[in-house]
Amino acid sequence: MSRPELQAPPEIFYDDTEARKYTSSSRIMEIQAQLSERALELLALPDDDVPRLLLDIGCGSGLSGETLSENGHQWIGLDISESMLNIAREREVEGDLILGDMGQGLGLRPGVIDGAISISAVQWLCNADKSSHEPRLRLKAFFGSLYRCLARGARAVLQVYPENDAQRELILSFAMRAGFAGGVVVDYPHSSKSRKEYLVLTCGPPSLSSATPKAKGEDGESCSEDDSSEDEENPTVCTLDRHRPRKKQKVNKKGKGRNWVLKKKEQMRKKGNVVPPDTKYTARKRKARF
Amino acid sequence: MKLLTHNMLSSNIKGVTNGFPLGIEAEKVIERSVDMNPDFLKNMFSKIEWKPLVEASRIMGYSDLPEDVPDSSVLDSEEFLRKFHHALLEIHLEEGALVCPQTGRKFPVNKGIPNMLLHEDEV
Ligand SMILES: C[S@@+](CC[C@H](N)C(=O)[O-])C[C@H]1O[C@@H](n2cnc3c(N)ncnc32)[C@H](O)[C@@H]1O
Repeated sequence: MSRPELQAPPEIFYDDTEARKYTSSSRIMEIQAQLSERALELLALPDDDVPRLLLDIGCGSGLSGETLSENGHQWIGLDISESMLNIAREREVEGDLILGDMGQGLGLRPGVIDGAISISAVQWLCNADKSSHEPRLRLKAFFGSLYRCLARGARAVLQVYPENDAQRELILSFAMRAGFAGGVVVDYPHSSKSRKEYLVLTCGPPSLSSATPKAKGEDGESCSEDDSSEDEENPTVCTLDRHRPRKKQKVNKKGKGRNWVLKKKEQMRKKGNVVPPDTKYTARKRKARF
Repeated sequence: MKLLTHNMLSSNIKGVTNGFPLGIEAEKVIERSVDMNPDFLKNMFSKIEWKPLVEASRIMGYSDLPEDVPDSSVLDSEEFLRKFHHALLEIHLEEGALVCPQTGRKFPVNKGIPNMLLHEDEV
């Protein structure tokens, strides 16, 4: 079956029929509950039984949020599909629901959220569903606003289904650029069915607590991601763990120029990444808006 | 929508520098009782913007919160915790709108769900 992300924008794909179908499948319910349990575990909240204020990004019909409620937490869920939220409401989930688009940034006050999870949703940001959509800008708006609304030291755990390695890298790079520390945890990397990946991100300066946790079913193996040691035979990069200082690359006002971009794209092609063809639009200057 | 959420939300419209607090137009308010958890309330207290909570509660028809920012020692008072709990978690805006304090743009609230989607020219 082809990826839902390639079929239609999320608010169209998850219409009333699909939302109901999604939420009545016992298989889906079970998988989403497991993913949410694991995400909550990776959030590593203090072990003190104090309920926290959490965020569920792309909360859908509330399957993921229910896990948060069962563990005693308060949560705010954001989703772009009205149909999914209507089902969540019908199911009387305890979290508060907001109709919103994470790609437009989260409109939340700074530093107030104790942790965020997102289950099977963030890869949607990599698609340009409207002519006005620029995935990079949307990823930037999303991660920037997520970073700001989290309390210092808080975590975000995002379970994602990237379409390929380039998409995973793209998502991760915008998380790092926003200031997050962390990396990807891949559970059961050797099983095509059970393999699940989580971006585990910590807000604030790197510390012991921002080290990427261990994956499950990994046979004790983890390969760190750097260009020389990446295992080409085995596309299951295990745990990437890195931190880029915030705003490391200060680019001058004029940007890096077309030649730099062309060179970079050529490098990426050599690495086997999918790179858009060079055209007259490549690295063109954008019109200043406003 | 709970007032807890209202106290966290801010208007995200491009160019808006101070999107908090959102105004409330209340057409329908409902109450739902929720078990009280003092630990949660104590954890939240420092994160709550007090005046906006008092004002929002009043618009929703609840005026029992102390007007001035209470000292954190009130967290030992069961009576205070009850009121705080009620305001944060039990009063829901069911129908109405949230209003951007800077632009006046209304975000409709239907069936308890605020629609915070921005138009293309607001992103
Ligand atoms: C596979 S469902 C997962 C729902 C829920 N987290 C669960 O575990 O059942 C993905 C959800 O992401 C939502 N979504 C996709 N793009 C979004 C966006 N830009 N902003 C908010 N939600 C989005 C979809 O509407 C959909 O409800």
